[in-house]
Amino acid sequence: MASTIVTFELGGREVEVLVRPMTTLQSVLRNQLGQTATKDGCRQGGCGSCTVLVDGEPMASCLLPIEDVAGRRVTTLESLTPAEGLHPVQQAFVDEYAFQCGYCTPGMVMLSKALLDHDPAPNDEAIGQALAGNLCRCTGYRPIVDAIRHASGAMSGHDTEPVR
Amino acid sequence: MAKLRGTGMAAVNYPTGMNLGGDPSQALVHATTSGSFVVTLSATDLGQGLRTVIGQIAAETLGVAYDQVVVDTADTDTGPHDMGTFASRATHRVGNAVIAAAVEARKALLDVAAEEFEASVDEIELDGHGNLMVRGVPARSMPVAEVASMAQFKYGRTIAGRGSFMKPRSEVDPETGAMDPDSTEAHACTVAEVEVDTETGEVTVLSIRSAYEVGRQVNPALVQGQITGGAWMGMSHALYETTAPYYPAPDHSPRDFSEYLMPGPLELPEIDCVVLEMPSSNGPYGVKGIGEMTANSPIPAIVNAIYHATGVRIDSLPVTPEKILRGLDARRP
Amino acid sequence: MTAPLEVVGRSVERSDAVGHVTGRTRFAADRAFPGMLHLKMVRSPLHHARVRGIDLSEAERVPGFVRALTAADVPHNRYTILSLIGVEPEEEFVLAEDRVRFKGEAIVAIVAETEEAAMEAVAKVRLDLDELPAVFDVEEALKPGAPIVTHWGNNTFMYEGHPCRRVRLGDVEAAFARADHIVEGVYNSSPIEHAPLETTGCIAVPEGGRFTVYTNTQALYFSLDNTSIILQVPGNRLHFIGGTVGGGFGGKVDVIVEPIATLAAMKTGRPVRFVYSRSEEMQVSSTRSAWRIYLKDGVTADGRIIARKVTSYADSGAYSRQTPYALTKHAANAAGPYAIPNVSIDAYCVYTNRQPTSAMRGFGVTMASFALEVQMDRIAETVGLDPWSIRFLNAYRNGDMKPHRKLADDATLIETMQAAAALVGHELTAEQQAMTSAPRAGGDPGGR
Repeated sequence: MASTIVTFELGGREVEVLVRPMTTLQSVLRNQLGQTATKDGCRQGGCGSCTVLVDGEPMASCLLPIEDVAGRRVTTLESLTPAEGLHPVQQAFVDEYAFQCGYCTPGMVMLSKALLDHDPAPNDEAIGQALAGNLCRCTGYRPIVDAIRHASGAMSGHDTEPVR
Repeated sequence: MAKLRGTGMAAVNYPTGMNLGGDPSQALVHATTSGSFVVTLSATDLGQGLRTVIGQIAAETLGVAYDQVVVDTADTDTGPHDMGTFASRATHRVGNAVIAAAVEARKALLDVAAEEFEASVDEIELDGHGNLMVRGVPARSMPVAEVASMAQFKYGRTIAGRGSFMKPRSEVDPETGAMDPDSTEAHACTVAEVEVDTETGEVTVLSIRSAYEVGRQVNPALVQGQITGGAWMGMSHALYETTAPYYPAPDHSPRDFSEYLMPGPLELPEIDCVVLEMPSSNGPYGVKGIGEMTANSPIPAIVNAIYHATGVRIDSLPVTPEKILRGLDARRP
Repeated sequence: MTAPLEVVGRSVERSDAVGHVTGRTRFAADRAFPGMLHLKMVRSPLHHARVRGIDLSEAERVPGFVRALTAADVPHNRYTILSLIGVEPEEEFVLAEDRVRFKGEAIVAIVAETEEAAMEAVAKVRLDLDELPAVFDVEEALKPGAPIVTHWGNNTFMYEGHPCRRVRLGDVEAAFARADHIVEGVYNSSPIEHAPLETTGCIAVPEGGRFTVYTNTQALYFSLDNTSIILQVPGNRLHFIGGTVGGGFGGKVDVIVEPIATLAAMKTGRPVRFVYSRSEEMQVSSTRSAWRIYLKDGVTADGRIIARKVTSYADSGAYSRQTPYALTKHAANAAGPYAIPNVSIDAYCVYTNRQPTSAMRGFGVTMASFALEVQMDRIAETVGLDPWSIRFLNAYRNGDMKPHRKLADDATLIETMQAAAALVGHELTAEQQAMTSAPRAGGDPGGR
């Protein structure tokens, strides 16, 4: 099968890649564009470590054929991170010790960002529902839930103290 | 059909360090010209935060601020030998090695300061905030950075230290099992509360509350992280996980996360803990290992709570709804 | 160390925090190198089989195929990880020779220009296998006539002439004879996967006569030293870089990807990447052993445990890896944190045709704790005590001799249980509140 050129927006700029059919967004990000913040935990949509935002919606990039993001807006952790300092979600993960090994963290941060964009003050139930597809083997999730609540407070301008 | 609640407990100990010893860890410490210290290791951080706690131990021993220490690991061309990160050994072994290296480096630093101040080395002290001074004479004080720079450019010396820690190898008597299998023992006592749905056999873990005795906490937030994550893993082992769902038959082994069961954020119990510090005699600053043991006591505590709730004693893990329903059936007259 | 501590005891920010939340932390497989090749493994589809032949002809025709490696290519193909600390015999094969002992065992390594080409070539390797009877249960494996998994004729690891790790203290049978109650239990656990979010993997890169290996091993020198032995190259030609692990839990103490990836880099002169897929991690990588633990306790009418007999079987799977060590650790801890004057422990490391097992968090002790602590509740019920009282009554103290004959010198079980009781609001008796782990009057064993 012949390769094709796919164009999409990545972190505010247009990128063009030459890909074989059915190449995943994850593979393009990691192997062609060197954006390795997007992790590779299962390639089966089962762990969420490859979560990126496509037009603001969290998606498992390991299951997403690159053709499907043609013309769409992709946000990765590289593009979320400000030039200086950290995004409030990132800062909340630091403050709450919401990771140990760090492998699930990029996907968790992207998912949390999307959740708070849709629901600025989620309760634990909403957080739990949102996190259901993203696995963490180290923390027991509680610090991650706390980080999201903390980030929610920080982004709405109050309760910037860590939950812990 | 009902939802039955029960409480169970378990008390455990857990050995720190590689069983039988013979497992060296080594560390090198040196000062840069800017007065920061580099700790060089080949030990591995698994995510428990080894780099961080080793930096804390080095800073404490050197008498400098935490942010003046860089921990560089793990590269076999630069880092001295280390047996590896397992057996709740890393903070204990590497920590002891780093203390030894930091003591030697600190002495080299004090020697230079003593020479510069024309004082005896016994009179020199570090204030923990980046300054060396002659004891009781605040006017005769100099930043560590300046002394470190001077050591290299004025005196032509290294400020460096070597450290190693090894518990000697213990042999096992093959007849009696006499041996020395640990450096120290940490302890935990866990109380779990569950609710069992007698219609479905499903178990909801309501709370996992524990006391831990870990010698000394180098970083309480990281200890808390082990306890919280371990409680979840223990609950997961107790109720969900296996690669052989029909053990001992090997069939239907899971291939991916959709087939390998673990609890998610919606199944979280309340997790609470209290941490006691009763320093060990041989750990760095009294440390005992906490990394592995945190999944242990939650498992029997949960199983005992299920018995308390239902009268069904399950002796095989994982405790699936099927096992509970069969147990309930067997109890019916 | 009586001076107040400045830094130890403070919750400073993790030094890797910013790297993790920005995704700038580099994990082993985040690296890429020009000309990097990909290694994929041909694995046994059967639990136990004789290997009669391997046909690579179709695989070699796959575009992008570079080369295949078989057992004959591995200089020291039979190894054991713990030979570094004197454990014998060498028993596991980097690549299978005449027999495969578990479903998923590595037989042929395929190296190709792309992952896709490697996978396609793997699918086109033709194996000629004769299926053999297999065994999956620890006690079935010890019966006469059971299929033999090992190359030395029985299915147990041998500890200095014994088929199990033994611990003996006092006279268990005499104590059973005078006990008021005998309490027995059988405890089982199924295998458990470490399931780290980052799968096991490495990249081996030839660099000027040396080989740099980027790996997520938990133990760099275990990996380097075993690679040196397996490839028969001096350790100074190997340079291992790691230190960032996306979850280990014991599973990445095995040395399973580095030797073959490094061999492939040697044979091709190019960087080689070998990273487990999720299904390999689930179905091929080591698991926590399944355990079967028989407990028999002799107990007095007032609840003192005067004898404990433990017979434990850990299912090591087809190769033992770190599991012999686990049984020794298990035997050292299998009586629990209790003062029991008569103890007999037999701990067996049993081979079956299951995927190999190895270290996992709590190695050798997690399932002992499960069995012992459920058993303690059984004993409490038998003698009519509550779960707290049975544990306070039997808790070990400093100065007590443990079954392995080391005197306890850092026991704090009593204080830990007191703290837990306070945390949950359980009311202890005045006597329990007053207890400490301080040595008993008269020392050991007079106070029991």
